[in-house]
Amino acid sequence: MPLPDEAPGRSAPDGGTGADARSAVGDAHRREWALVLAATARVAGDLDLAEECVQDAYISALDAWERQGVPTSPGAWLTTAARRRALDARRRERTLRDKLPLLVPRDEADDMDGLTDPALAPEDIPDDRLRLVFTCCHPALGIEAQLALTLRLVCGLTTRQIADAFLVSEATMAARVTRAKKKIAAARIPYRVPEAAELPDRLGAVLAAVHLLYTTAHTDPEGAADLTRPDLAERAIDLARMLTALMPDEPEARGLLALLLLTDSRRETRVDQTGRLVLLADQDRGRWDKTAIAEGTALVAEALRSDRPGRYAIQAAIAALHSEAPSYDATDWRQIVQLYDVLLHVWPSPVVELNRAAALSMAEGPQAALDEITKLEQDGRLAGYRYLPATKADLLRRLGRYDEAAAAYEAALERTLGTAERGFLERRIAEVTTSRAS
Amino acid sequence: MAQYLILLYDNEASWATAPEAKMGEMLAQHGRFQEQLAGMGAKILGSNALQPTNTATSVRGDVVTDGPFVETKEALGGYYLIEARDLDHALAVAKLCPVLDGGVEVRPVWDVNADAAA
Repeated sequence: MPLPDEAPGRSAPDGGTGADARSAVGDAHRREWALVLAATARVAGDLDLAEECVQDAYISALDAWERQGVPTSPGAWLTTAARRRALDARRRERTLRDKLPLLVPRDEADDMDGLTDPALAPEDIPDDRLRLVFTCCHPALGIEAQLALTLRLVCGLTTRQIADAFLVSEATMAARVTRAKKKIAAARIPYRVPEAAELPDRLGAVLAAVHLLYTTAHTDPEGAADLTRPDLAERAIDLARMLTALMPDEPEARGLLALLLLTDSRRETRVDQTGRLVLLADQDRGRWDKTAIAEGTALVAEALRSDRPGRYAIQAAIAALHSEAPSYDATDWRQIVQLYDVLLHVWPSPVVELNRAAALSMAEGPQAALDEITKLEQDGRLAGYRYLPATKADLLRRLGRYDEAAAAYEAALERTLGTAERGFLERRIAEVTTSRAS
Repeated sequence: MAQYLILLYDNEASWATAPEAKMGEMLAQHGRFQEQLAGMGAKILGSNALQPTNTATSVRGDVVTDGPFVETKEALGGYYLIEARDLDHALAVAKLCPVLDGGVEVRPVWDVNADAAA
């Protein structure tokens, strides 16, 4: 799908309306894509056909809105146009219709004959975005396929854009998307929201995919100077926002949105102007995004009101304590350690244990934390995880054990690819080597 | 409804050393599984247990060799051909399928007639 601003051969006759139409289409692409595609998928019965019809609808909008003006409800206009195209396509293929793998179960498809009327009032068209998300993040699809499909179908990114975001070739990404769509059709992965009994597991998979999308934006294996890929991060936040709106009773969706907003509020200060990594301790807190922090903190409070707060709500609560602290030293480290204890209870993970150790070093001193690190090293589950030696190195440096610190930084460096993080470790090695000599 | 083949992969060594009573228990479990499956609105179109891979003979071109096509610790030991609404339905069935020391693979059956018509 070419983004509207990439569409060829469109020049506005008078400049003004053309530019307005173009920007309205661009806007609708960003905000309404998922809604339009989800509503069209039902009528099309097939994701490929649905995508094609939605793309056509956006392209025809450029021309129609330029001539007739931008409609009051662009999303409804696009949905009607795309659904009409899908219906036409299905009518042309009526003889084949029964042979096509239907996304929506036959019995339900029959029930919604009324819903396939293209002239149906927009407010009567059900919001199918959740069906779309749960289909894209089905556990029968590999996680890489889930992320690619979500970006393509829910966010409306082009294969090229997704390939760029994941640093793979366009051909590789196109093959990944095609394979995933083929599996959905061939294995009949249903287009539906899971039943209550399965929902916790399936929602967990969706939230994990969105979270991974955000963290992917922050880790750059090729080591480009910029540590974040802002567009991917923003898409992940958009998705979390959409899930929160569509599932207002799910505290973990809210918790994830809070976590992403609070983490993202520090985006501008994570790397300095020369591309160097800046640690939380050294970040300019005055430049943190206060609007994002306010929104995130309010969401944490709501998410924690649940009987059993989940991993995202607790992680967000930890992030909120950092956001509230006037400085690194004046952070409420004891409460952070306690929250890590709660987190370990609902989400046991050696990475969480490592993060808890880092917080413990601030609450009780580096030696207490070093004992925890030693246990984690013996445990072996984090072998190869670069932040284990990096954290250990930091503790040893603070204890004045510079020789051992240098060795641990070297071990972390061996496991690190990103330029910004490597630069940070190299500076630390130089620092402890100087301290050792003096 | 769509068809799926549930392939049962099990550790043959575990089967070979399992006591008599365990075999009887597995058979009873399969009987219960077939009842559960019917209760879930799925249908068995066919099923069989296979003799172990040391009874297998492979043929590639003109060459006949003793043994399975692919040597694996967990070998195909049986199958159920089922009819289910969609993959979620088939997976719910597969989760209940008894195996001794392994797991199952769910494969959609290729509807060749539908593809030919399309």
